[in-house]
Amino acid sequence: MASALRIKNGKVYDPINKIDGKIMDICIKNGKIVKTVPKNTPVIDAHGMVVMPGGVDIHCHIAGHKVNLARKFQPESKRHDVSPRVKALRSGTGGSVPSTFTTGYRYATLGYTTAMEAAVPPLGARHTIEELHDTPVVDKGFYVLLANNVCLNQLLEKGRMEEFREAVAWWMNASKAYAVKLVNPGGDEPWKGRKNSNVDNIDSEISGFNLTPRKIIKALIDATSDLGLPHPAHIHCNNLGHSGNYKTTLETMRTAEGRRVHITHIQFHSYGGELNKNPVSAAAEISDFINENDNISADVGQVMFGQATIMTGDAPLTWTLRNMTKSKWINADTECESGCGILPFSYQEKIYTHALQWAIGLELFLMAKDPWRMVLSTDHPNGGSFMNYPKLIRLLMDKEFRNEEAARVNQKAIAKTGLLDLDREYSLYEIAIVSRAGPARLLGLKDKGHLGVGADADVTIYDEMDDKEAMFNAARYVIKSGEMFINNHEFCADTQGRLIHVAPDYDNKVEDILRPFFEDYYTIQFDNYAVDDSYVHDGKVIPTTSA
Amino acid sequence: MSEESKVIKNAVCTFCGCVCDDIELTVDPAGKHITKANNACVLGKAWFLEHKVEDYPVALIDGKEASLKDAVEAAAQIFVSAKFPAIYGLSDTTCEAQKEAVAIADYVNGNIDTTTSVCHGPTGMAFQGVGESTASLGEIKNRADFVMYWGGNPAEAHPRHFERYAVTAKGANTPNGKDDRHVAMVDIRPTPSSLIADTFLQIKPGSDFELLWAMRALVKDAALDDSVEERTGISKAVLEELVERMKNCQFGVIFFGMGLTMTRGRHFNAGALLELATDLNQYTHFVALPTRGHGNVTGADNVVSWQTGFPFGVNFNRGYPRFNPGEYTTSDILGRGEADALCVIASDPASNFSAKAIEHIKKIPVITLDPKPTVTSSLAKVAFTTATYGINVPGTVYRMDNVALSLRPAFDSPFPSDQMVLKAIKERVCELRGLNQTTKTTAA
Ligand code: SF4
Ligand SMILES: [Zn+2]
Repeated sequence: MASALRIKNGKVYDPINKIDGKIMDICIKNGKIVKTVPKNTPVIDAHGMVVMPGGVDIHCHIAGHKVNLARKFQPESKRHDVSPRVKALRSGTGGSVPSTFTTGYRYATLGYTTAMEAAVPPLGARHTIEELHDTPVVDKGFYVLLANNVCLNQLLEKGRMEEFREAVAWWMNASKAYAVKLVNPGGDEPWKGRKNSNVDNIDSEISGFNLTPRKIIKALIDATSDLGLPHPAHIHCNNLGHSGNYKTTLETMRTAEGRRVHITHIQFHSYGGELNKNPVSAAAEISDFINENDNISADVGQVMFGQATIMTGDAPLTWTLRNMTKSKWINADTECESGCGILPFSYQEKIYTHALQWAIGLELFLMAKDPWRMVLSTDHPNGGSFMNYPKLIRLLMDKEFRNEEAARVNQKAIAKTGLLDLDREYSLYEIAIVSRAGPARLLGLKDKGHLGVGADADVTIYDEMDDKEAMFNAARYVIKSGEMFINNHEFCADTQGRLIHVAPDYDNKVEDILRPFFEDYYTIQFDNYAVDDSYVHDGKVIPTTSA
Repeated sequence: MSEESKVIKNAVCTFCGCVCDDIELTVDPAGKHITKANNACVLGKAWFLEHKVEDYPVALIDGKEASLKDAVEAAAQIFVSAKFPAIYGLSDTTCEAQKEAVAIADYVNGNIDTTTSVCHGPTGMAFQGVGESTASLGEIKNRADFVMYWGGNPAEAHPRHFERYAVTAKGANTPNGKDDRHVAMVDIRPTPSSLIADTFLQIKPGSDFELLWAMRALVKDAALDDSVEERTGISKAVLEELVERMKNCQFGVIFFGMGLTMTRGRHFNAGALLELATDLNQYTHFVALPTRGHGNVTGADNVVSWQTGFPFGVNFNRGYPRFNPGEYTTSDILGRGEADALCVIASDPASNFSAKAIEHIKKIPVITLDPKPTVTSSLAKVAFTTATYGINVPGTVYRMDNVALSLRPAFDSPFPSDQMVLKAIKERVCELRGLNQTTKTTAA
C-alpha cells in the first residue's frame, strides 16, 4: 500500500487541530496523513469543496445476533430499498436494518469511516465479529454488555472488587470488545426470572441479588476507569422511555462521582412528567447538568420521523412498546449475560410522544455548551436509520428549515419544549465536532477524527452547498486508510476495514473463578468461549492507559 | 507423526443441531481415524468413529478423475455460462464456506438456498410474520421449569438435548434437573421421547393448528367449546389444566420440530406456536425454539441473512437479493424447470426432492461438493470430494439457538475444504466475468 495523494484547494474543517475552514493541502501516504508528498503525487482538486476527517459513529447497531434477527424479521422493508451489485462490490438490501455489505457502503457514502456496534452479549461476540468482517470500508468495534452478567454480579454482591475488575478485563479480552456497555443495569433478572418485571429505581434491590443498579453502575465505572480503557463505561440508563426518567439519568450521572462516563442516546432518558402520563421535556435539566460536569459525555439518540427498528438489550421496554403498538415482536435471552427485544417501529409527526422525542433531541444538541461532549447519533436504527444523518445535520445548521419542520408536527408536543426559542445554528466546524472529532476523542481513538500528521487517512470531501442535507447525503470523495473508496461519486474497489479492540491486562488466576461458573451455568465449554485471533482478519489493539 | 494417540478436548460435534462442544476425541497414532469420542451420544460416536479418509479421487468431471484445478475451471465455466444457476445445501459445512457460496451466487446473478427451505422454512416465514420469544439454551438449563416438545423426537434425533439443555440438565434455578421441571410432549404417536413426559398429548394427525389455537384462546380467556376434543383428540379439561400450568410457571419453553412445520398447516402451525409463546408472556416468561437438525443449518440461516437480508430462498437474477419462498426455493425452481445449472454443497437433493425436480436435475449441469459420493454426485458434471467439517476442517458453526462455536478438527484430510474449493471457483468466476476483486484504486 504505497499510495499517496494530495488534496488541494479544499476548505478544511479539522477541529482537533483547530482548523476552521482554512484552504490548505492534505497529504496522504501509506494510509496516514503526512506533512507533504512529492510533486508528482496524484492530486484531488477540492476547489469549492469541504474536507473533513471521516465520520465516526459512536453508537449504532449494525452487527450480531440481534441485528441479524431484526434483519431477517422485516422482508417488507427491503424489497423497495435494494442495493444492486456494482462490479465486485456486493449487493444487498436496506430498510432500517441493512445487510452487512450495504451497511458498510452506505456509511461510506455519507462520509463515515468508523462505526461502533453498541450492544453485544459476550456469548455473541464471535457472531458479531463475523458480521463486522462482512461490513466493508468502515473501521469498527463493539461494546460488550456487562451490567446484567450473572457471574460479575455475584462477585459484586460479595464485594470481591479486585476479582470483579479482573473478570471485566478477562471478558474484554475473551470477546475482543472495545468498550464496556451497561444496558438497564440489573433489569434482566426480574425480566427473565420474575415474570417479566423490571427494576424502576436505581437504588432498589434487584430480585435475586443483594445488589442495586447503582452498585453495578458504580462498579463498572470504576473498573473501566481503573483498567484504563480508552472509552469509559457506556451507559444506557434505567427507565428508558418512561415519563420522569430524567431523575434516574441525573442519579446515574452523579454515581460517576467525577469519573468519566458516557450516557448513550440520552434523548430517550430526558423526559419529565409523571410515570404513565404524557412525558414533557427535561432537556434543560439534563443539559444543565452535563454543561456543568465535564466528566460526562453523551450521544443524543435523535429520533427521526419514519421507519425505525427498536432493538435493545432492554427487553422489558420492547415488551411495553409491543403491548402499545401490537406489532410483531422478538425477545431473545442470552444465558447469564443479557436480554434483548426487537420490534419494527415508526415515528410519526402527529403523535405527541414522537414529536416530543424529536424536539427533545434537538434541544439537547442546541443547548449543549460543549459539543465535544454531546455528539451525534440516532441510536441507529432505534431513533431512525443512520441514513437520516444528513437531514439531522440540516436541522442543526438551518434554523429556518428546523422551524418549518417543527410547524408540521404535533404542536402540543412542541409547546412542551423550548425548541422554538433556540436560535442556535451549528457551523460546519461544530458539525465536524459532533460527527467526527468529538466521537473520536470520546472513544480515545487518537488516530481518528482529525487530519493532523500521523492520523489515519480517513478523509471525506463534500461539495459545499447551501442545502446541508444534500451536501452531506453523498460525499464526492471518500478515502479510507489512504485508499480511495468513492471517487467523484463512484465506488472504487472494496476495502475491508479494521476491527478495533482492547486487550487490558489481567491476572490468569481469575479463570479459577470463572471456569467453575461456566461449568455450572453455561452450555458451552469455558475453553470454547473466548474468540481466538483467527477471527480478527485485520485488527488493531488500542492500548489502555494506566490509571 | 508421533507414536502416541492425540487427544482433542472440547471438540465440537456437528452431527445434529445440539452442536455439543464437550467431546473428547482420541485420534490413532497414524492420524487417520478417531478411536474414541467421549461424551458423544450414539449418533455422535458413529459420526466421529466411522469417519475414514477414503481413497476417492479429489474430483470427477463427467465421472472421470480430474485434477482440482481442472474441476475448478469446469465448475466456473458452468457458472458463467448459465443464465439461472442455483446453489443449494450449505447446512453441513462451515460458515466460512457458506460465505463463499453466497458470494458466487451474487457474482453470477444466481440463486442461493439452504436446506432450511425443506425443514424449518415455514418457521422462518412465521417468524417474519409474528416474531418470536427465544433464548439461548443455557437459559432453558438454568431457568425453565416448564418444558414442552411439540412434533419432535429429541430422544432419537437430538439425543443429548435432554441432558445438556432442557430436561435432566441442572442449572441455577433448576438444581434438581428433571424434578424441578414439568415436561410435556405433543405428538401424533408415542415415541421414545414421550416416555419421559409428565404430560403426553397424543393428538390427531393434522390438528396441530387447531390445538394451538385452542390453547391461545384459553390463554386469552376466550370461550372454547367442547368440540376441540373431537377435532384434536384432546379434551378441554386436559387443555385447561395444561394452559394453567403454562401460565403459572416461572420460565416456560416450547421446542418444536418438523412434525409441526412440515405437516398440514406448516407456517400457520409455526406461527400459532410462536404466538402462543408470545401470548404467555402476559403471565410469565415464555420462549419457543425450533429444534434444528443439521449441524450448521443455523449458520446457513445467519450467513445468508446478514449478507442478503433474507434467510433462505434468495435470488440475485436482477443483481440484488430478492426473497420469496415457493418462488426461489430450490425444490420449486427445479420442479418448474427454471434453473439451468445447479451447485450442491453437502446435500443430496437427487435422493429427496420431488420426482419432477429430480427429472430436471438430470437435464442440467450439476456441481457437487461432498465428502462422500451421493446420488446427486453420481449425476454431476463436476464432483468434488471435500474434507469433512469439524473432523478435518476448522471453522465456525451455529448451534440451534444461534450460538456460534469454533470447530476443533481432529486430523488432516487429503481433500480440500468446501471453503477452499468455493473460494477458488469464486475467484475464477470473477476473472471470467471481469470483476476485479483485489485491486484498490489509489488516486484520481
Ligand atoms: S446430541 Fe447431536 S451434537 Fe450432541 S453428540 Fe449427539 S449427535 Fe452430536
Ligand atoms: Zn443503542
